[in-house]
Amino acid sequence: MKRIHFFDIFLFALMIFICLIMVYPFWNLFMNSITAPDVNMSVLRLFPERVSLSSYVKAIESGDIGRGYLNTIVRTVLGIGLNLILTVTLAYPLSKKHLPNKAFITGFVVFTMYFNGGVVPNYLLIRSLGLYDTVWALVLPHAVNVFHLIIVRNFFISIPYSLEESAMIDGCNEFQILTRIVLPLSKSIMATLLLWAAVFHWNAWFDAMIYIKSSEKQVLQTIMRRVVLGSMSGSANGAFEELVNPENIKAATIMLTVGPIIVVYPFIQRYFIKGQLAGAIKG
Amino acid sequence: MRQRIGAAGRIITPRDRPWYYNHKKHKNLLLMMLPGLLSLFVFSYLPMYGMQIAFRDFIFKLGIWQSPWVGLKHFRDLFESAHFLNAFKNTLVISGLQLVFGFPAPIIFAVLLNEIRVLKFKKLVQTISYLPHFISWAVLGGMFIQLLSPSVGPVNLLLKTMGMQPIYFLAEPSWFRTVIVSTHIWQTIGWNSIVYIAAITNIDAELYEAGKIDGATRFQQIFYITLGALMPVITIMLIFAVGKIINDNFDQIFNLMTSPVESVGEVLSTYSYKIGLVKMQYSFSTAMGLFKNVISLLLILFANRVAKKINDYGLW
Repeated sequence: MKRIHFFDIFLFALMIFICLIMVYPFWNLFMNSITAPDVNMSVLRLFPERVSLSSYVKAIESGDIGRGYLNTIVRTVLGIGLNLILTVTLAYPLSKKHLPNKAFITGFVVFTMYFNGGVVPNYLLIRSLGLYDTVWALVLPHAVNVFHLIIVRNFFISIPYSLEESAMIDGCNEFQILTRIVLPLSKSIMATLLLWAAVFHWNAWFDAMIYIKSSEKQVLQTIMRRVVLGSMSGSANGAFEELVNPENIKAATIMLTVGPIIVVYPFIQRYFIKGQLAGAIKG
Repeated sequence: MRQRIGAAGRIITPRDRPWYYNHKKHKNLLLMMLPGLLSLFVFSYLPMYGMQIAFRDFIFKLGIWQSPWVGLKHFRDLFESAHFLNAFKNTLVISGLQLVFGFPAPIIFAVLLNEIRVLKFKKLVQTISYLPHFISWAVLGGMFIQLLSPSVGPVNLLLKTMGMQPIYFLAEPSWFRTVIVSTHIWQTIGWNSIVYIAAITNIDAELYEAGKIDGATRFQQIFYITLGALMPVITIMLIFAVGKIINDNFDQIFNLMTSPVESVGEVLSTYSYKIGLVKMQYSFSTAMGLFKNVISLLLILFANRVAKKINDYGLW
């Protein structure tokens, strides 16, 4: 019985067009990265004339990509660990009605969402704490994300208190209640929290740019930025008569940086949508 | 609760307990929060304390306390600095353009997406449109530099095949804002539509049935029922978007800006970074940050209050 209107066709076409616009920049990047270095790139093509993985090989050989991966993984793992522990231990007491001075503590926590010292005071603090040029400068300041904290707290509030009460009567203290009763019931929110922290640390670049001086401690994103912004001298590179196209290498380096995110993205996006909704509908 | 009897045979009421009674009773809870609170204190409150260098001539070797107090000197300099005023203006212009064009985009997208009846296709479009949200601007910046490059970028190659001159989008002041606004829309249209899509799914299907019976056309249904039901959400989102007008997107602009476009692209956050950490005028940069953060705080508090007034919705 359903009639197909002209409007439906138009909508379909429009949505496909939007998807193409969303995907095309990534497509172009990927194609640039697998184009053979001797191909003339100043011709508009949807597929490369000749495919070669040599840019990836060059990017890995010439740069600090490997070390960058390692440093990014270290900061991500440390960041996740710290974030999970500090967020849970702060969110759980805040979810309790009987917490003494609750209003004051909540205010103390929430105020940091609206006001911050800014880039210079943060930088001076990191230097004076002796964290400059260490991985701790990248993970400690982000140990508590207040926005995420509130979502976790709201989840804890939704757990029926009777469960905890019975454990209390059995003689559990708050630490035991948290680890034995509350956390096993919070697996999905914990997974969400973990993924938020993981994507955040994988993508973070500004803090590494200002707090990390040594090149061997740089993370993937800053190494990639340096490659992209640097004017690598192209074909006349050293004694080798090998042809190198800097555009291909830049594209390959960017691909190596976003690759993991794009691969896991379809599986993890739903966790983020939940957070976006929780945050937008009721803070 | 069992009542306890004191020494003199009097019933002990909560009034008689010392002030720290509850603290002692819930010491585990308080103990548990210590690391988190300490981390917030160190990494959020100490920098706020450090902001006092905006009122001093900060010298690294002397530290905060030894640096001479100069009062409002840096704030006076701020308003005499053409660079600062220009950055202020650019922030407002770019945020304003992003509000005018970027705010309605996800609403339109959500409403149109709702009209797609093939559920699998709808899901696919949604998933694809969220992708840019997950990518850092360091990466997106590199990607757009290649995409818009005058020599190898497909956009310019297309212009060339159509017989036009290539445009250096990222180095041409007249184009820069267009690039910033359109890449902003590109990145946020999908993600920001989530709220509206969720609100649309909450609309009672009976409204559409009633509309159909009354002879409403499809466009009338979209306009009166869907958009009508979205109005409260739109109002709230608009209030908060206006409240954020002074917060420019540092990551995006910093990663796309080149020196030829500084006149139109330099915004408060990028200028504050450059003057502070590159040129090391710590105090001046902090004064700028303080100025911006105070305005930002006032705007957000104001937005929150307005939102609460309008339909009992606030962040807190």
